[in-house]
Amino acid sequence: MIGVELALMLRRRRVWMCWALLCALPALVAVLVSATGLAPPPGRGAAFLSAVTTNGQIFPAAALALVLPVFLPITVAVVAGDTVAGEASTGMLRYLLVRPVGRLRMLFAKLVSVAAFVLLAVAFVTVTSYVVGIAAFGFGGTTTSGGTAAVTGFGAVPSLSGPVIEPVDLLTRTLLTVGYLGLCMLTLGAIGIFFSTLTDSPLAAALGVLAVVVTSASLQPLEAAGAVEQFLPTAHWLAWIDLFRDPILYTAVDRGALVQLGWILVAFGAAWANLATKDVTS
Amino acid sequence: MNAPRVPGDAGADDGPVIRTEGLTKRFGRIVAVDGVDLQVPAGSRFGLLGPNGSGKTTMVRMLLGLVHATSGTAQVLGEPMPRAAASVLPRVGALVEGPAAWPGLPGRSNLRMLDAAGTRGGLLVRPGARRRRVEEALEQVGLAGVDRRPVRAYSLGMRQRLGIAAALLRRPPLLILDEPTNGLDPRGIGEIRRLLVSLNAGGTTVVLSSHLLSEVEALCTRIGLMDAGRLVLTEDMDVLRAPTGRVIVHTPDPDAAARLLGGVVEERAGTTVTVRADDPAGLNAHLVSRGVAVTGLEVERRTLEQVVLQRSGSGADRFDPARNGRSRAADDDRSGPSTERIVR
Repeated sequence: MIGVELALMLRRRRVWMCWALLCALPALVAVLVSATGLAPPPGRGAAFLSAVTTNGQIFPAAALALVLPVFLPITVAVVAGDTVAGEASTGMLRYLLVRPVGRLRMLFAKLVSVAAFVLLAVAFVTVTSYVVGIAAFGFGGTTTSGGTAAVTGFGAVPSLSGPVIEPVDLLTRTLLTVGYLGLCMLTLGAIGIFFSTLTDSPLAAALGVLAVVVTSASLQPLEAAGAVEQFLPTAHWLAWIDLFRDPILYTAVDRGALVQLGWILVAFGAAWANLATKDVTS
Repeated sequence: MNAPRVPGDAGADDGPVIRTEGLTKRFGRIVAVDGVDLQVPAGSRFGLLGPNGSGKTTMVRMLLGLVHATSGTAQVLGEPMPRAAASVLPRVGALVEGPAAWPGLPGRSNLRMLDAAGTRGGLLVRPGARRRRVEEALEQVGLAGVDRRPVRAYSLGMRQRLGIAAALLRRPPLLILDEPTNGLDPRGIGEIRRLLVSLNAGGTTVVLSSHLLSEVEALCTRIGLMDAGRLVLTEDMDVLRAPTGRVIVHTPDPDAAARLLGGVVEERAGTTVTVRADDPAGLNAHLVSRGVAVTGLEVERRTLEQVVLQRSGSGADRFDPARNGRSRAADDDRSGPSTERIVR
């Protein structure tokens, strides 16, 4: 069933559209910034964006920071919201269940396919923006606007703390980032799967996920919500930025990963509890 | 193409393939299925009949484990459902409330995906055998030459055929089909009917749920009639269609015929006279010898329609104005002029 789910996902036009749009937004930003030479000053605009004009190789980090708050959650919501509700609305849910595919097995396969979607999305954004970044900004040291003339050559990137990150190091940090963001987005995916078992409308499930994101993001800065702030699904989304410090600060990332895992377990458990006892009348 | 199916590996030779006891389903305050004791004999072509909303589909969904019964038990192929779903359902082919498919994929890919979804190991295991299964099922329903267009572009009839092909994929000893000829043209209906009969001859038990009486009449050997959630009648078609003991005489001179036959005449309408008689040949000879011309003579049989209308109320999709505090007129307007009743 997992193989079938993956094959079905890869043959869905919507999925490829999501990936294409995710990669297009950072590319658009790269073109604008490089054409005008107007990077936001440090501390304003998306993280890392002020640094990209000095070295294109930091652009993947900037690209991830660009798509993370809104764009990526939307695509995850759309894909995860479609998982069960989409099958229900086409009527395939009943035919899969009488094939038979066990309800837990089906949900797990859906979770795996959403995880694959999320990881591929983050990976595609990283890879395309690396290429775009180099094409638009070069390897660093070649632009005239920057002050870090010491940083030059393939793979050498300034960390947020100053010291240079070496190529292999950059690769591990990028992989860690991809994994961490994938986990953050899988939280939304699991919540989306749960919502998807509650309704036969993929749209309603997707909007539900976005409602969770908005709620969580609005509570986050609220002092009155301080007691639960740590446990909000969006609370640790930016922790990955610490992966680009030198040395790497793992505390926030660790805690973030734990919170995300907790959400995934709870949401997936709820989805299973709901689907297992549900009368399938779609 | 229609290789004979292997009967009996589901215990099909002995005992009913479907047996329910007191099967009941409530959705909130609505009782969709109410204490149904159903038995479907192995090897039969069983027609589950009833007006819209009489509980046929809920019955089918419970048998397939899609809907959980409120109370009562169901056994399919000798094992309890839904508990034994994992071992029962691979031996059941089903079409429930219309066909469905992944709209973006061609029919072939749809069947392959569906076949792989229910197999341990999925798409990569024995793709050759899967392709053969899919091709055979497509051929059986007359879609062998279908092109690569996605199902989204299929006509209603093509979708219906694809749905039946999906039900046939694993050569199941039990087929449960809900309105299998929906959307097909008369030629297509004939094809599917012949297919089902030939599968049945090879040992497959066919359960057909339908509100199309002609469909059931043409195909089934036994029927169960549902009305308002209850099973009100189960009978062999032979018994239902047995002669009523009356003979319908068509004659250009009904007055003379009626005069001659006297007391045995039970009904007269136009040029037909309905007579209680055991011996149609003798009756014919009697009339002709007395100079009454006979243009036609037939032994009266009840049609399935008459049986059904007699034993069931109007469908749950009909809502009449409240009368005596009841919102739905059930039995009392059965003979009313506005019901969809055709008197033969």
